[in-house]
Amino acid sequence: MDNHTVIETIDLRKEYKRDEFHVIALQKANLLIQQSEFVALMGPSGSGKSTLLYLIAAIDRPSQGRVRVLGQDLQELSDKAIAQWRNENIGFVFQTFNLIPVLTARENVELPLLLTGLSKKQRIEHAQTALKLVGLEDRMSHYPRQLSGGQEQRVAIARAIVTDPALILADEPTGDLDAHSAHEILTILARLNKEQNKTVVMVTHDPHAARFAGKIRYLEKGELLPEGSSPPI
Amino acid sequence: MAIPLSYNFRNLRVRKTTTIMTALGIALTVAVLLGILAMVAGLRTSLQATGHPLHLLVMRKNSASELVSQITREAFMNIRLKNGIEKRADGEPMASAEIVTVMSLPRKNDPEGSNVTIRGLSRVGIGLRPGIRLTAGRWLVPGQREVMVGKSVAARFLNCSIGNTLYFGRGEWKIVGIFDAGKTAFSNEIWGELNQVAADFNRSEVLSSVLLRATDLMALQALKNSMADDQRLFLEGKSEVEYYAQQTATAAPVEFLGIFVAVIMAIGSSFAAMNTMYAAVVRRAREIGTLRVLGFSRGSILLSFVIEALLLSLLGGLLGILLILPLNGLESGTYNNITFSETGFDFRVTPLIMTIGLSFATIMGILGGLLPARMAAKQDILNALREL
Ligand SMILES: Nc1ncnc2c1ncn2[C@@H]1O[C@H](COP(=O)(O)OP(=O)(O)OP(=O)(O)O)[C@@H](O)[C@H]1O
Ligand SMILES: [Mg+2]
Repeated sequence: MDNHTVIETIDLRKEYKRDEFHVIALQKANLLIQQSEFVALMGPSGSGKSTLLYLIAAIDRPSQGRVRVLGQDLQELSDKAIAQWRNENIGFVFQTFNLIPVLTARENVELPLLLTGLSKKQRIEHAQTALKLVGLEDRMSHYPRQLSGGQEQRVAIARAIVTDPALILADEPTGDLDAHSAHEILTILARLNKEQNKTVVMVTHDPHAARFAGKIRYLEKGELLPEGSSPPI
Repeated sequence: MAIPLSYNFRNLRVRKTTTIMTALGIALTVAVLLGILAMVAGLRTSLQATGHPLHLLVMRKNSASELVSQITREAFMNIRLKNGIEKRADGEPMASAEIVTVMSLPRKNDPEGSNVTIRGLSRVGIGLRPGIRLTAGRWLVPGQREVMVGKSVAARFLNCSIGNTLYFGRGEWKIVGIFDAGKTAFSNEIWGELNQVAADFNRSEVLSSVLLRATDLMALQALKNSMADDQRLFLEGKSEVEYYAQQTATAAPVEFLGIFVAVIMAIGSSFAAMNTMYAAVVRRAREIGTLRVLGFSRGSILLSFVIEALLLSLLGGLLGILLILPLNGLESGTYNNITFSETGFDFRVTPLIMTIGLSFATIMGILGGLLPARMAAKQDILNALREL
């Protein structure tokens, strides 16, 4: 692993056990992603795409194997340290946007900055910059319910990048959007990748969306297919 | 830095119906508690304001109140000659023999009525009550069947205005004056001339008590000792201030019952708050998961929900204070089981009482908020994110 490696997973395995029910959500996953890559994760429903993404974001812990992200061995961090680490290094985008309904667009974007040492004034400036970047400078004081789905997802992206993380993880970010809004979102992600050198890992079902990525990795039944494999049918 | 307060305020506003209902429950609980405390505070003020530090109240040994005490006119003649009693300008000792009895009168808001103290006393006796002021009519004229009523009696009992007639003893008594004794217990009494009242109750020789003023505190103690020493008279002297202060014990059962009811209600209100907060945690599961993904710790989630419950209960506390504020200064009365008559008082909504109300609400908020907040904080991020 060199300085340019952003994600490295080694024999990653995740299983869910409850009583006699036992699911292997992910196994033998060895993934290597370099700085400034834009990787799409594809595969049938239930193939383990989200599971892999959550393990990379340290939202979940693996059953076996190791995850190194940005040079940090995730299993070495305590729960409390992981929260802080995620705040600084990961921007996460959900399929369902997950904005806080009682907060305005600007306040939603400002949220992650509350965990930093920035002053109120600096936080507002950063939030405004992030919102400008996604083209929503005129919607700062709108509440989520006053925005379209595409606009909500753009706010969510602004929230993901406001702390200037090196890595953006997106789980089907266009899954709930119409074709036009989806295109806008993908364009923004591609721009963040090209212009700001952000590493982007995006789970998607949509072949059109995957074309924005520089590389596609396929999963099938919990297994990561080798690089360059053709898509499973 | 923690999750901002505005997040909690706005969530409370978004679910305003539940917020208001829950806060109202807390408000009523706080109002009940504060109503009782305000009453007790008022009663204490009334009883504690009564009495002069140099006054000695002489009664038969072991009498709990003037009402059950007996003292002969002969003993009074003895007492008034003792040393250490202050003299009036005309050389008369400041010692007043008095007779105390009770009668039932219909109240303005309760025709069943309650007991009022009737006190027969002389000019010397009236002179011994320093704060007395005539507010209407005139003072008593010796030899007449007439009475004066305290302002609290005039305010709360039927037919107690000037010109009305009261029936007790052997017949009619005309009300000729109303006096204001400030916050003291005397405002709850009816006064007549000593000899008139004593004769009517066939007690010309056996009176109730003697009130006297000592020249100084040393003399007061000496007089007290001499009462105790005189085995024949079988009397005891109590400081007047102490005598009335002891009656505040009357308030204790009311206070106990009130606090008991308030605590039961508080448990109910805490459960209501808990229910509201549990519902909020369940409804906002995905939000909680999202906040965790953004980097907020379990601790800050816990804190945020406890704060929300606190804000809710403080709102209830403030509403409760608003509810009882109109009671401030309101005149009322309660049965005093030492004098067997009513003691009137003003409700006193003091800053201390308001602070107690808010603290009480705070406790309800913490009790109601802690478990739901813990549930919110303990949730697994992934499970939380999967909720709809
Ligand atoms: N908490 C859980 N408990 C039990 N099984 C789970 C849990 N989470 C995921 N699984 C199982 O793990 C497997 C992989 O799930 P995952 O969510 O990673 O799939 P996915 O590729 O993201 O699918 P989709 O495209 O539908 O989102 C599935 O079989 C799923 O049922
Ligand atoms: Mg998924």
